[in-house]
Amino acid sequence: MTASPAASTAGEAADRPAPGPRRRAAALLHRRPALRLSLLLSAPLAWLVVAYLGALAAIFVTAFWSTDTFTGEVVRQFTLANFQDLWHEPVYRTIALRSLGVAAAVTAVDTAIGFPMALYMAKVAKPRYRPYLVIAILAPLWAAYLVKAYAWRVMLSNGGLVDEALKPFGLSGPGYGLTATIIVLAYLWLPYMILPVYTGLERLPDSLLDASGDLGARPWRTFRSVMLPMVFPSLVAGSIFTFSLSLGDYISVKIVGGRSQLLGNVVYDNIGAANNLPFAAAVATIPVVVMLGYLAAARRTGALREL
Amino acid sequence: MTLSPAARTVLRVVMILGLAVVYVPLLVVLINSVNADRTFGWPPTDLTGRWWAHALDNPGARQAVWTSVKAGVGATAAAMVLGTMAAFAVARYRFFGRETVSLVVVLPIALPGIVTGIALSNAFQVVLEPLGIGLGLFTVIVGHATFCVVTIYNNVLARLRRTGTSLEEASADLGADTFQTFWYVTLPNLRSALLAGGLLSFALSFDEIIVTTFTAGPGSQTLPIWIFDNLFRPNQAPVVNVLAAALIVLSIIPIYLAQKLSAGARNVT
Repeated sequence: MTASPAASTAGEAADRPAPGPRRRAAALLHRRPALRLSLLLSAPLAWLVVAYLGALAAIFVTAFWSTDTFTGEVVRQFTLANFQDLWHEPVYRTIALRSLGVAAAVTAVDTAIGFPMALYMAKVAKPRYRPYLVIAILAPLWAAYLVKAYAWRVMLSNGGLVDEALKPFGLSGPGYGLTATIIVLAYLWLPYMILPVYTGLERLPDSLLDASGDLGARPWRTFRSVMLPMVFPSLVAGSIFTFSLSLGDYISVKIVGGRSQLLGNVVYDNIGAANNLPFAAAVATIPVVVMLGYLAAARRTGALREL
Repeated sequence: MTLSPAARTVLRVVMILGLAVVYVPLLVVLINSVNADRTFGWPPTDLTGRWWAHALDNPGARQAVWTSVKAGVGATAAAMVLGTMAAFAVARYRFFGRETVSLVVVLPIALPGIVTGIALSNAFQVVLEPLGIGLGLFTVIVGHATFCVVTIYNNVLARLRRTGTSLEEASADLGADTFQTFWYVTLPNLRSALLAGGLLSFALSFDEIIVTTFTAGPGSQTLPIWIFDNLFRPNQAPVVNVLAAALIVLSIIPIYLAQKLSAGARNVT
């Protein structure tokens, strides 16, 4: 604590005779907590509520406008055409379902790999090794997203490491495509699944598991009836990350997805090449609505407190 | 614990395989940055330092690194001011809507990046362009700061809740005014929280690609944008490899600092 030099400096300052303008301003602020509070809130609220939420609201409104096909100008007139297109065009329904499927598959893969790893870290590894295992899991998060996706692009390339490693078994790698996209996204978001589950498992007292065993439950029964219900909120918390981060992604699929398209690509292409902001905004509402629903469901399990 | 020896062995194997899968891709990038073979065939036949020298000379890459550093520093500075202010308001005052502040702060990072990206890009074009401010470094900083606030906010809020107000009250009792108390008492207490949050904020900004794609102008290519643009050009592959390897090596610095900071935070309490 560095309070001692601070206190002496403050004491000297108190001896000064006539209060300067700074001192008067300080006194004014000291007397008026409401003024202090409004000054503190002014800048963050101006930025996050007025600017950011305002921008979000504006883009949501834009989704109900349309683009003039000849001039490329946005026509500011209410229409549901974008959403009707989304619903009726089979290609968009396919892409939306594909995106949801990829997000679900990534979440399933991360659960299948992350849960045993978290279980090992929390209940099998010796306590003094646990912090190092946590660091080993956390460390790759500091490496850049693109670097990791690129590493997989190299490994999955034709004749790359994955092909070479599978050759002895008479197999070849998946190549670029949806499978590769799922692998890369699962790789990228794995730590986000492991950490909440690890925290949940570590908090789970061993005595509860022992008690279950003493009462005659076999390990599988203990796992299903004691451990799983208690760490379920942590699993859901992890799945929020893996699901949400996969749903909005369009970079990984561009790097290793070959020609496959996800929702993010449709948004991106409509902003850039097609110059159709209203339609892009309408597509972008899909992940937002899905995530709001997911969060509302997750809230009932108590997962939001685990974040 | 009720786990059988067999179950323990299975878990250990999964853990080892999992860690291998986590680290092998990073190792491959590191090795490829010195792989003498231009097509990066596997396994490498010969090693070379040529690509590293080649990458250091690349003006586009150097420019992009510099832009990324400026964007990261700018966004972190803005996020520090905003995040600290919001954390103070929430930790020290009761007001209508206090619970929603956390939600608003976390929203930019919780929503898919592409949503934040198109919303900000649209707003910039409508509001800033008439003022003569085009998309460029400034808009990148604004965009990054928006989602970086949460890192500072969370760290500072946790610290403020833990330290309480007794030291500040003591300072006021000894005659310090509001500003002096903040400067000499509150701020030093927050230092490691600000550093930890700032580190995370800089890393987030340095790594960001989606929001940047929509808010960067033609003259403000950040490093991720540069890498992404050159990812699909085979003749740039050596440079991309070296940059990727350099980023992996450099990420040891924040890992080390974060570890020191969290160890320091434990010692304080």
